[in-house]
Amino acid sequence: MEYGLDKRSNALKTFNTTFIIIWLLIACFPFIWTFWGSFKVRADFFSRADWWYAISAFNTLIETGGQFTSNAYSEAWTEGEFWKASRNTIIVTVFVVTISLFLGTLGAYALSRSTERYAFWILIAALIFRAMPHITLVSGYLFPFFELQIWGILPTTIVVLVAINQPFTLWLLYSFFKTVPKELDESALIDGCSYFQAFRYIIMPVMWPGVITAGLFSLMLAYNDFTVTALLLNQENHTMVPKIQSYLGTNQHEGNLMWAVSAVVSATAPLFMLVMFFQRQVISGLTTGAVKG
Amino acid sequence: MPNKTFFWFFLPTGLAMILFIGLPIISTGIQSFYAQHDQVVKEVKKCDPFGCTVSIVVDQEATSVIRDERPLGKFNGLGTYVDRNHLAIEQISEFWDETDTFGDFIDQVTNLPFYKALLFTLTYCLFVTPNVLLLGFIIALSLNAISRKIRGPLIFGTILPMIVTPLVGSLVLFWMIDAEGIIGANLQLIMEDPYLSLKSSRTLTWITIIIYGVWHHSPFAFVVFYAALQTVPQEPVEAAIIDGASRYQRIRHIVLPHIYPVVTFVALISLMDNFRVFEPIIGFSAEGSAQSLSWLIYDNLVNEEVILFGSAAATSMMTIIGIAILLAPVLIRTWKEFRTAR
Repeated sequence: MEYGLDKRSNALKTFNTTFIIIWLLIACFPFIWTFWGSFKVRADFFSRADWWYAISAFNTLIETGGQFTSNAYSEAWTEGEFWKASRNTIIVTVFVVTISLFLGTLGAYALSRSTERYAFWILIAALIFRAMPHITLVSGYLFPFFELQIWGILPTTIVVLVAINQPFTLWLLYSFFKTVPKELDESALIDGCSYFQAFRYIIMPVMWPGVITAGLFSLMLAYNDFTVTALLLNQENHTMVPKIQSYLGTNQHEGNLMWAVSAVVSATAPLFMLVMFFQRQVISGLTTGAVKG
Repeated sequence: MPNKTFFWFFLPTGLAMILFIGLPIISTGIQSFYAQHDQVVKEVKKCDPFGCTVSIVVDQEATSVIRDERPLGKFNGLGTYVDRNHLAIEQISEFWDETDTFGDFIDQVTNLPFYKALLFTLTYCLFVTPNVLLLGFIIALSLNAISRKIRGPLIFGTILPMIVTPLVGSLVLFWMIDAEGIIGANLQLIMEDPYLSLKSSRTLTWITIIIYGVWHHSPFAFVVFYAALQTVPQEPVEAAIIDGASRYQRIRHIVLPHIYPVVTFVALISLMDNFRVFEPIIGFSAEGSAQSLSWLIYDNLVNEEVILFGSAAATSMMTIIGIAILLAPVLIRTWKEFRTAR
């Protein structure tokens, strides 16, 4: 909206810039602060005496002899077994993304090419499923999973996350497939391709932007999930987010807060880098559903 | 596409959704009619030189036999729904008789666990959703006026609160706001109240969680509004400028009507997401003063002694009904549109 006619007064420009700067501070400072604090000892970052210790590193100097310490990281990753949690997260994320995309592209392609009425109702049903709070689904899973003795293991969680993710993936890919002209696969069908061949060799090659976007969202869901992973995995198989929660401690056992701080930074950094790299896709994914109606 | 081909293409995803979204809802429904078994007790006669005493102890063996035989629990009908931890029909009618003023009655009712959680969940939705829309729209307008060259990094900074998981987002804020954190400590200095802390006040906790909610969800509203702003046609805006419309009038009468469908979309999505608020309560360790419906279910499911399947399921069913009520207007509208389109 940069109009030649639209002259902004200087006051408005200043106000606008100030507003953006304040907002960015609110949005980003908590992360910068946590990153900074993760290199201090607990007595500094959670100081009872003086909050300025977090900057002057008073106790960090006494305890470790330096301004910064990476003790929290090395302890959390070894003693706290965060390496195991991140390994589990990688396994879960890779499988969830692959399976979601495989099921999602097939289903969304069919939905986008069907003219029947049931395709519409399936999309509405998917919207309703999307609205279900995950915790209500988990309360439905727990009992049958205990009975079938498939509780606590990674494959169960992967399948559950794929299913929970399907409604959103279907909607997203559906709107992407709609933008691919029908004539493309119709001509392939006339030339004697089967539907699957048309899908595999004609449509998929032009669908990469959509697939990458859908993949990113599946990844963020699997990577960020707390409800499902915390309740469906046993201690041994916990992924990063429930692991962070376990560092916080409960009434029964003392946690290790600095482990949690360093684990939060370790878990967030890869996500930020990924989004920085794929920013365009994330934004297009969020807006396809909305702007096109 | 022929029905048969459609079937095979859709089978995998359809199966996944039916098995892991459809069936669990049914399973939750069935579980909500059952309650965990009572413990079997037996009388043990103990005799010593001074006489015999009879004491009552839990018969662990018999209890576990019953549990193994019927793991679902005993049939309880709608019992779980109306008990003290859920709709609490009995308690409410008692309060109605006992209390003198309506205010007292409301106070009593909102102290019951289910209504307490419902009150928090609704308050959260009511305050977060409009503020998310407003803040998201202002950020979008504001960023839209900034030079295109530096917009990329600014957008990245703006969407950070949205891409982290709610648990991490709330922890990061909590560590700053808590009495030992940078903001909390400074607030104590400014207010000159060394005992001021998040945990000590219910109102403060609620406000903090609501602020967190706005912080976390605004970027989503921003992204969608920002994209919608790019599609606003230029001609009417230019015409309005020539006709002497003020900036506010232009936004009110040209931009807003244009992006109106998107506003309803964002409102719906954020309402759905806010209704399931749960992780911030854990992140802020706010269980004491703020409980949501989802948190109640979680609490039943992580119960130390026996998992309260029935109780969790009953709360789940009522949450689903809540979601259905929220979604109903949208579904009815879609259905009407669909019918007229035919």
